[in-house]
Amino acid sequence: MKFIDEFRDGEVARGLAEAIRREANPARSYHFMEFCGGHTHAISRYGVTDLLPDNVRMIHGPGCPVCVLPIGRVDQAIRLALEQDVTLSTYGDCLRVPASGGLSLMKAKARGGDVRMVYSSADAVALAQKHPERQVVFFAIGFETTTPPTAVAIKQAAALGLKNFSVLCCHVLTPSAISSILESPEVRQWGTVPLDGFVGPAHVSTIIGSRPYEFFAEEYRKPVVIAGFEPLDVMQAIRMLIRQVNEGRAEVENEFSRAVDRDGNRKAQQLVAEVFEMRKQFEWRGLNVLPYSALRIRSQFAEFDAEKRFPLDYASVPDHKACECGAILRGVKRPQDCKIFGTVCTPENPVGSCMVSSEGACAAHYTYGRYRDVA
Amino acid sequence: MSEIRKNYVRPLDIKHGQIDMAHGSGGRAMAQLIEELFAKHLGNEFLGQGDDGALLPHPGEGRLVMATDAHVVSPLFFPGGDIGCLSVHGTINDVAVMGAKPLWLSASFVLEEGFKLADLERIVRSMADAARAAGVPVVTGDTKVVERGKGDGVFITTTGVGVVAPGKALSGRYARAGDAILISGTLGDHGMAIMAERESLGFDSPIVSDTAALHGLIEEMRASGADIHVLRDPTRGGLATTLNEIARQSGVGMMLLEKDLPLKPAVNAACEFLGLDPLYVANEGKLVAICAKQDAELLLATMRAHPLGSDAAIIGSVHEDAQHFVQMTTGFGGKRIVDWLSGEQLPRIC
Repeated sequence: MKFIDEFRDGEVARGLAEAIRREANPARSYHFMEFCGGHTHAISRYGVTDLLPDNVRMIHGPGCPVCVLPIGRVDQAIRLALEQDVTLSTYGDCLRVPASGGLSLMKAKARGGDVRMVYSSADAVALAQKHPERQVVFFAIGFETTTPPTAVAIKQAAALGLKNFSVLCCHVLTPSAISSILESPEVRQWGTVPLDGFVGPAHVSTIIGSRPYEFFAEEYRKPVVIAGFEPLDVMQAIRMLIRQVNEGRAEVENEFSRAVDRDGNRKAQQLVAEVFEMRKQFEWRGLNVLPYSALRIRSQFAEFDAEKRFPLDYASVPDHKACECGAILRGVKRPQDCKIFGTVCTPENPVGSCMVSSEGACAAHYTYGRYRDVA
Repeated sequence: MSEIRKNYVRPLDIKHGQIDMAHGSGGRAMAQLIEELFAKHLGNEFLGQGDDGALLPHPGEGRLVMATDAHVVSPLFFPGGDIGCLSVHGTINDVAVMGAKPLWLSASFVLEEGFKLADLERIVRSMADAARAAGVPVVTGDTKVVERGKGDGVFITTTGVGVVAPGKALSGRYARAGDAILISGTLGDHGMAIMAERESLGFDSPIVSDTAALHGLIEEMRASGADIHVLRDPTRGGLATTLNEIARQSGVGMMLLEKDLPLKPAVNAACEFLGLDPLYVANEGKLVAICAKQDAELLLATMRAHPLGSDAAIIGSVHEDAQHFVQMTTGFGGKRIVDWLSGEQLPRIC
């Protein structure tokens, strides 16, 4: 496949692995967090860790959209489907996220809720057009990458004058999550999570650009290298991070220059600003309530806001007692450190959200890497 | 099947007609449907007996193999085939990978009220063609009609019976450490053909389902004298799921080489686009063969000489592993597990 195979080339990978081994200082160790689930998945699926020397460790970050979705938000979507009798549409991964009372959207569907998987927000609008007799709600989740399409859907619904379409907006902001990790006591005070730099987001950065990360590099002295989601991108970014650490630099560098520039996609940013505004606070799974970390729909588009159209109070719900998703999302624990990993909690019966999406740290380790725990 | 006095009954309006509840009532309408549609196309000496069951000759020495498969594919017609030929191929393959020669099929239809007779005829015709080409007749059948909204056009369940010579039966239990793993051709063609056809995705692709009956290929593979331990058709759940089943049954581990997996560029690209892994996408005309290592090249050459095995490849090997993991050396140079399919990758593909 042209333009893809080039970024998965085993020969080039071996060359890069050799360069990383040469440049990594054997007298120290390196701990880098890949923020995005897309990176986590690439690392696991292609076996990138097998190509890294032992003193270069990757820590999985919180950048997996369904992983950071708190139970309370999934509960809202389920209530819409079961109590308000709406047609609830959402992305595939959302369907299996465990919610209260042993439910998930998929189980709500089995109980008679009208839950549909869509591939894009545009499909949800089309669903509303096709079924004028039904209230269609799009359960919108994700970081900055999926936010512009939701904005487009809302504007499109407004232009079409749709009276039966609304959005349950759970879009969250990447920089807030990075701050939260850098401000966490494990990183800042106790030093229990050694963190020498970030592999920065790929698709998110195509929207927001590289500028927002400059603050982290300067203020927290952590190097950031924005990288694409292909395994060679990740390897190259790791090499660039090692160089920064070795040279005592903490800068934002861009490995993903084929898609990302400093300013990002201005048009998309404007669209998002037009439709959404900051929420004062938002609960994240694992990171608790973070101020100004998520978006809500502006009042001028209030008629498309499911939280205003339907009676939907938000109630925070604690995670399962034994579930370590919170600590795993903050990089404090690894999936295999969780007592219920692979026993009670499996991809078939996920207890925590990290076991749901293929981008989740637990699902990636279970699916691709658990042979390492046995050997 | 009773002989209806043709002069008194208007023939079925296949062009414009639809299935209604009377077609499943057991009355004259049902008899007419069977006679003018099913028997007309599928007809053979056993079906023609017209009794509640087919009276069949004893197949001779050996043991019987019986397999059944329900087909609920959506859409009913897809590039490269339809539910009709699929329901014949799928069951023939299930019998054949047991090492048996497929002899007869039964077919049971669940029809939805309102289903177009023209579509039904197209499906039955396709079944008949497939059965004739395979030399495996449909010898008995059944038809039921469910109310509108309680089916999805048509569901077809086929059962196949075959015979295997003494000591020649194959099983997923027979893979041994050291064995070679072969695949008869490119992965994921059927699943991606269905996926591309689903209207909501809105993209055109040149991908065609690989649906085919494999007993001819299997016969030649066995005649080659290669020491074959396991055959299986990687349908739902794809190659990954099939290998995990065999690894568990045989109590072994497996190691695949990603660079050796045969994949059509269009399938690979479509999978990439949709975020699917071709290892988990269904095939309907492919088989996995596990054989003694020293016979791998002989078996490969035999498979490649057959039209249904022209893209065959040796893709990995079997080893001892108490965990029964199927693993893969990635093209990138790392290692990973090729796990059981978790959840559902594609809706209703066979």
